[in-house]
Amino acid sequence: MAISGLMPDFLVTKLDYVANLVRKHSLWPMPFATACCGIELMATAASRYDIARFGSEAMRFSPRQCDLMIVAGRVVMKMVPVMQRIWQQMPEPKWCISMGACASSGGVFDTYCTVQGIDRFIPVDVYVPGCPPRPEQLIRAVLDIQEKVKRTGTIDAREFADRSSYEGPTSLAKEIAPEEAIVSPGDFRTATRLRMPLN
Amino acid sequence: MSTLETLMLKFPGGFTTSEFRGQRRIMLDSEKAHGLLLELMTCLKTECGFDFLCDLTCVDYLNYPKATDRFGVVYALTNLATGERILVKAFANDPDPELPSVYELWNGADWMEREVYDMYGVRFAGHPDLRRILMPSEFAAHPLRKDYPLRGYGERHNFQTITRSES
Repeated sequence: MAISGLMPDFLVTKLDYVANLVRKHSLWPMPFATACCGIELMATAASRYDIARFGSEAMRFSPRQCDLMIVAGRVVMKMVPVMQRIWQQMPEPKWCISMGACASSGGVFDTYCTVQGIDRFIPVDVYVPGCPPRPEQLIRAVLDIQEKVKRTGTIDAREFADRSSYEGPTSLAKEIAPEEAIVSPGDFRTATRLRMPLN
Repeated sequence: MSTLETLMLKFPGGFTTSEFRGQRRIMLDSEKAHGLLLELMTCLKTECGFDFLCDLTCVDYLNYPKATDRFGVVYALTNLATGERILVKAFANDPDPELPSVYELWNGADWMEREVYDMYGVRFAGHPDLRRILMPSEFAAHPLRKDYPLRGYGERHNFQTITRSES
């Protein structure tokens, strides 16, 4: 009874929680902008939409200073090794946003040279639909990343390999049936995304 | 003497020609193109004043109605002094389409011939550096050929996948 009326001047929490709270409000994006989505990415960073409100305004063009890769635009086959190199150069912990229809699925470019979704070659945390997405959608994706950072925190690759359950935002945490999850590698001859048609 | 008269005089029966909306076109079929092209282009450059190679590209006439040869390499030339333009179309055929390179006449043909080689597989004899220019060097096919499927032969899948636990 004695302390209930007082404002507490201390807080008991986990160090991880505090670290994640700080980390999620200080994401440093690496703009991997290859096409028109990159223009929307610039708009998001500019004053009207102002991604700085969510603490991720410090875009760096060196992957070694970043922890959030935003792949904005279509990625061609010849670009894949470059993208993978940049991803591997980023220090952990790191996250990836696949921005726009082309980066997520190839979009309208279902041709011999365009990658049908970057998630075939690098891990992706959040997908943003749209062609190109509105800046609000990208901001939403950053918020989703923040939610994920808050939950999974400073998990690194080895820890990630040890985990089994999916720990993303609740709205996205939907279990996919195994037969639906087989999307890669595709059939090399017909170059379709699925090995066999889904029923 | 007009350009066409000059060519008629120097290469009688060596080419066919037509005109469409004031654009003069010179066609060399696949039997004659290999031997005649370089000579004809030299004549166009030195005697007719076509000092600028605007464009060099290629058309695949596979399954085209009434087409006799498969690849038509198109040279668009301009005379910068008079503004006159001319199109030269030299044909080449399977299985080993080859034409002489015009690099020695117009150095600008360098990358354009490399692009035609990359996309269509037409080789240019005498080109100083005939490598692929757009596709990766290990790419095996020539993707703008009509018999190449739009989605490719699965080349776009052949990279290592980096998973979360590896990166």
